[in-house]
Amino acid sequence: MATPVAASGTGAEHHELGFIRTYIFSTDHKMIAKQFLVASLAFLLLGGLLAAVMRWQLGFPGQPIPFIGGLFSETTAPGGIILPEFYNSLVTMHGTFMIFFAIMPLMLGVWGNYLIPLQIGAPDMAFPRLNTFSFWISIPAGLIMLAGFLVVGGHAGAGWTAYAPLSADSEFTGVYMGQILWLVSLTILGFSSLTGAVNYITTIINMRAPGMTWFRIPLPTWALFVTSWLVLLAIPILTGALIMLLFDQTIGTGFFAPATGGEPLLWQHIFWYFGHPEVYILILPGMGLVSEIIANRSRKPVFGYHSMVVAIISIAFLGWIVWGHHMFQSGMNPMLGTSFMISTIIIAVPSAIKVFNWMGTVWRGDLHFDVPMLHALAFVSMFIIGGLSGIFMASAPVDIPIHDTYFIVAHLHYVLFGGSLFAIFAGITYWFPKMFGRMFGAKLGKAHFWLTFFAYNLVFFPMHSMGLKGHIRRIYDPSQYTFLQSMQSLNTLISWAAFFLIAAQLIFAFNFFWSMFRGEKAVQNPWNSNTLEWALAPTPPPHGNFVATPQVYRGPYEYSSPESTDDFLPQHLPPDRVQRPPVPREPGSLPTGD
Amino acid sequence: MQNWSWLMDESASTIGPQIDRLYYVILVITGIVFVATELTLLWFIFKYRHREGRKAEYIQGSAKAEIVWTTVPAIIVIAIALASAGLWDEIKDPDNVPDNAMTVILTAKQFEWNLTYPGPDDELNTEDDFTVRNRLDIPLDRPTKLEMYSEDVIHSFYIPDFRLKQDVVPGMELMMWFQPTRTGEFPIGCAELCGIGHTRMRGTLTVHTPSEYQTWMNEQLQAQP
Repeated sequence: MATPVAASGTGAEHHELGFIRTYIFSTDHKMIAKQFLVASLAFLLLGGLLAAVMRWQLGFPGQPIPFIGGLFSETTAPGGIILPEFYNSLVTMHGTFMIFFAIMPLMLGVWGNYLIPLQIGAPDMAFPRLNTFSFWISIPAGLIMLAGFLVVGGHAGAGWTAYAPLSADSEFTGVYMGQILWLVSLTILGFSSLTGAVNYITTIINMRAPGMTWFRIPLPTWALFVTSWLVLLAIPILTGALIMLLFDQTIGTGFFAPATGGEPLLWQHIFWYFGHPEVYILILPGMGLVSEIIANRSRKPVFGYHSMVVAIISIAFLGWIVWGHHMFQSGMNPMLGTSFMISTIIIAVPSAIKVFNWMGTVWRGDLHFDVPMLHALAFVSMFIIGGLSGIFMASAPVDIPIHDTYFIVAHLHYVLFGGSLFAIFAGITYWFPKMFGRMFGAKLGKAHFWLTFFAYNLVFFPMHSMGLKGHIRRIYDPSQYTFLQSMQSLNTLISWAAFFLIAAQLIFAFNFFWSMFRGEKAVQNPWNSNTLEWALAPTPPPHGNFVATPQVYRGPYEYSSPESTDDFLPQHLPPDRVQRPPVPREPGSLPTGD
Repeated sequence: MQNWSWLMDESASTIGPQIDRLYYVILVITGIVFVATELTLLWFIFKYRHREGRKAEYIQGSAKAEIVWTTVPAIIVIAIALASAGLWDEIKDPDNVPDNAMTVILTAKQFEWNLTYPGPDDELNTEDDFTVRNRLDIPLDRPTKLEMYSEDVIHSFYIPDFRLKQDVVPGMELMMWFQPTRTGEFPIGCAELCGIGHTRMRGTLTVHTPSEYQTWMNEQLQAQP
């Protein structure tokens, strides 16, 4: 394997910058990651609050929202009673904020920026100014999206999937400006993702430290590398679709309007050609984070490191050719159903490999249940549920009754909350000491974990059953259906659990800021990790990251290696400086490792 | 908390038990995998928890184990896909619609289902056709085929008890067919977000005995203007 070109420039060029260059228009990848972190956690909270309002209507249909009901306008919830058009906006905007403004930047903007240069031994991104641009272009996108709540007609109400022709003509929804702002905002936001992805890919290919061969790259960086390719391939498709829809809305083209020769299913094909890769964009980086944390907290090498990498690549590739499974009932030629069904269901194989490899990593380990480990193990156990429930929908005939019901709502939240969000919590609590120089409060961290884990399952697990009984998605008032009335008590219980779940996040928010300023000071490598960001870079790392260009000698997961007396063996430690155990082991137990 | 279960309610169409059977096959397979993996994970979490003096074993992986847990899931899921493919064709392939099916035209618009019946001569586009709103009434003794159109946006015609659902798309002619297995009234819903009145877009499907169906049709004919 060719040795990558040494990263040019070292930390030696570090010099003092003013307040604005340090905290506002910073080109330091670590500061940009923190900016993404704070902004996207705020959007995560907003997305959760929108869900809470939605859950009020579902749990207590037609009753006024208590305490804060009077704060809503006449066009959203007069006297606190939610209007159907506002409910549709809530459904749409909860999905939009969570997917585009919370989970996606939390995965890519935060971890792509923070981890990639540190884990590959680079001083910064390949294009630091482009990186600044990628954060700051997301701010106008966010403001435009927020402005949609203030315009006449209310915010977009055609679902986060914006199915045409509902989304293409305001006569169908009564929403004009809201939908246009939605389209403009996401078009702008696409540039943030694209410039980020270009930066991540270039950095990983060109700026790895000497000795950091492809199969010595830590798994979070591997996952971010593969995900960036997905972003590069998927986002331009979305941007194209958004512009076509914007033209249909504003200048009278008819791409999706049958009256002018357009084709409503064209939107779905283009949207899901972006949308399914998007689903994997939202989870693959999380799989990388979890692999890192489980190996570290089990003090064991990742079980099957190479097959983990291959599984990430296979999931990404398969995820890119399966969009049609969102469209089994859409009117698409049913003969396409079979081929999409087979490609979809095969994704279960690399997903299973990953789950079994995580279990193999835990097996015979030395498990430390710190807060990040709890979240990482929750990720694995919840991803099992989300993965298995996917098989029901992948089988096209079984999908017929459960499509567009709460079964799907359950499934997607087991992947996006049980999966992505637990991975994000794992990542934040694990790299917090590196980011902020202080430990993340463990007691409150554990309280937050257990309350979240319990309430989350109470919210989403019963939804499987409701979907099987025919509880339709996105309906404003289930009590209007006689056959859904018997589920009202369950709906009410879920709403209480959802309020509790959101309230539990306040513990996290408090702990986050308290730990940032008052937490216990972190040592350089609190988790005894092998990877460069912990073992070599100072805490917190300065502008430029490393004092000198690192030299890498081995893979990232040499935990409990018989070669060393310590239970970890940092990637940068020269072989002649490894503390070897006094008694030589049997030859058979020596690692072959790269 | 009634209604909280993994079992399907009794279906009312010939296709229902077949979909339910496939559902239960997947439920059993995924149920076994779910219990086995989660219990194993919990057992590992308990057994390998950190204690004084415990040292993790240095294991990089196992080619043998990985081959097993790649091939076994692959065989299982491909078998599920193949089992599903046959049933999918049976439901969706237009060639499989029974010849004796009664054709009814469904026209969806915000926020109603309009159903046009062929009338006593069993032919559509004749004088005795009649249209009713939000009601689908069919006889028990013969299959029904819906020709589905939408006038505005995408709707989705959903009959939970029949295990059937089909999006109705403007600019397209789509179809759905079914053979009921028992008489009774069954709810119809719209499963695709279609605007402000999405939640109101409901209907009732009534399966009549053949003689009741004739009576119902005569009533409708008299009620027509």
